[in-house]
Amino acid sequence: MEGQVRLRPPRNRVDPRAVRYWMTTEAISNVVGALVLGVLALLIEPARFWLLLALGVALLIGIPYMIVMPLWRYRVHRWEVTEDAVYTRTGWLWQEWRIAPMSRIQTVDTARGPLEQAFRLSSVTVTTASAAGPLKIRGLDHVVAEDLVERLTEVTQANRGDAT
Amino acid sequence: MTVASVARSRARTEEGWRQLHPRTVWVTALTVAGVLAGVAVPIIIGIADDVPIWLSVVVALGGIAVASGLAALVDLMRWRYTTYRVTDERVELRYAWVLHKTRSVPRERVRTVDLTANPLQRVFGLAKVAIGTGQQAGEHSHVTLDPVDKAVAEELRRVLLRRAPAAEVEAPAGPEIATLDWRWIRYAPISVTTPLLGAAAFGAVIQVSEWFKLQGEVFETVRGLFGGLSILGLVAVLAVAAVIVGVIGSLGLFVEMWYRYRLAREDGNLVMTRGLLTTRTLSLERRRLRGVEVIEPLGVRLAGAARVDVIVTGLTQKTDDNKTDPKTILPAAPYETARRVAADVLGSPAATATPVTRHPRAALWRRVRWALYSVLTLVAVLAALGWLLTDVLLHLAWISAVVLTPVALFLAAESYRNLGHGLAERHLLTRYGVGARRTAALERTGVIGWTITSSPFQRKAGLVTLHATTSANKGAYPVYDVDANEGLHFADEAIPGLLRPFLESQD
Repeated sequence: MEGQVRLRPPRNRVDPRAVRYWMTTEAISNVVGALVLGVLALLIEPARFWLLLALGVALLIGIPYMIVMPLWRYRVHRWEVTEDAVYTRTGWLWQEWRIAPMSRIQTVDTARGPLEQAFRLSSVTVTTASAAGPLKIRGLDHVVAEDLVERLTEVTQANRGDAT
Repeated sequence: MTVASVARSRARTEEGWRQLHPRTVWVTALTVAGVLAGVAVPIIIGIADDVPIWLSVVVALGGIAVASGLAALVDLMRWRYTTYRVTDERVELRYAWVLHKTRSVPRERVRTVDLTANPLQRVFGLAKVAIGTGQQAGEHSHVTLDPVDKAVAEELRRVLLRRAPAAEVEAPAGPEIATLDWRWIRYAPISVTTPLLGAAAFGAVIQVSEWFKLQGEVFETVRGLFGGLSILGLVAVLAVAAVIVGVIGSLGLFVEMWYRYRLAREDGNLVMTRGLLTTRTLSLERRRLRGVEVIEPLGVRLAGAARVDVIVTGLTQKTDDNKTDPKTILPAAPYETARRVAADVLGSPAATATPVTRHPRAALWRRVRWALYSVLTLVAVLAALGWLLTDVLLHLAWISAVVLTPVALFLAAESYRNLGHGLAERHLLTRYGVGARRTAALERTGVIGWTITSSPFQRKAGLVTLHATTSANKGAYPVYDVDANEGLHFADEAIPGLLRPFLESQD
């Protein structure tokens, strides 16, 4: 391939419910943070002004973040599995593309936190022999995730050797 | 003894179970005695005013005898119930008393056999054997025989690392890659350890003089010697003394570590022997080798030298009794020597002869911006505090602005100059680092994936950072701030076919 090239986006988006899931996570941390600061402001009179100021600043940043980040993230997060490789794109401002050849995959796992379960979402973790971290696909519908794990497990079992 | 247990113990010897060397008990007893004596002497001297010497000596000797006797007994039990054997398929270590433990490693998985012997073990003709599989995780990845007879240890190393007997036997005492050249010792003092050793020496003098209640006298003596000097002069004298001690220390350390250094190929594997008091023999199986790294720390680089580390799978046990990183296979030596050794180890002269491509100017501007922002942040914080609290900080702010800006800019330029990447016939090359410049030559077939990252600023400047992932060492080797298009072509060419399906033309 000659000339100017770029990485094309992976084929599949994550499940649209992931947006609501990310928003909920952010909303929870906003509420918890606001509650802590609010209660402290109520109890500690001398520092009330500063605590309320901190609360205001936190919400001023936290609320737009809660709305913008998930929407942006949804546009970035994509994944694809071909015959030969797993390909993911993650992040939002800082973005990361990862490629792992099928022949080097060691384990495939799914994980579902309580909140993810409420949204019927799963994340799939694909590990290789590298110590630099696995590939993670977050926010998949759990039926899709199960099919994906099954397919990857089949392929990796067919591979011989220790994939190093 | 019942019939069954007799039968079992006979079966045990018949199956080839062997014991560790019994002299380990002596080694343990003497080690404990030595350590305790070292602790006891300063205490005895310290309390000499209050307690008669003969009494404290008797008490100390008694205590040492009891403690080392106990340690010997524990070690005797360990020895008594520990057995190992090497079968055609496996290496097994068994401990069978109260708690039964068996550890077993398939022979075909054995990737390292390392021998170490501390001075005491050497006196008794023993060595510790660590047999590893090169797997990163899990305690089941290695078996340690501590200790066996030295000759047995050598034999085990040879037997366990030999593959495909007869078929692939090269020269048994294979070609030598490098041996110690005493002129290399001149690079030892130009390292970070020298000032540290000097400082440690000061600490030791102060500590020991306190034990002997002589601290005041030590200070008096120093003041008496250099009484005529001002404070500044005294500081200068002490600094020079620290440097001299540091230099001597680093020379000593070099001798202890690299005495009788020899790197050779044996049955196709790399074997390195070294050490003055504690001797070490490290073997690396060829299949684990993923590349080498030529490292030039700033001082060493200015002297035109470099050291060589190997990139191998599953070499993470830095602790144990390996004080040095076992990755280093050549101490700082003239650059050309380092290059030759690296090429020899890889079996490919091209790997170190290929020039690297420099990175675009935008990478330099990024670094300059980081440098200026970090200085600016520090100055701003100091200035704000100074404005609120005291004028001293304001002065500190402008002084740091004047002093730190050139330093930061120098580091930025240095970091940019050290960036580079390239492709040799079988290896991909990447160079990076501030202070220590690292040039990694990574086997292209050993790359098990790519990670490509970009920040908003990188996207604006048309740069990306690539990481070639591998199962060796820290897991990924970076190519920082390469031109996006150039970087993708590089990654695509380095490992054909992997990236291609995910690339598209940009027009």
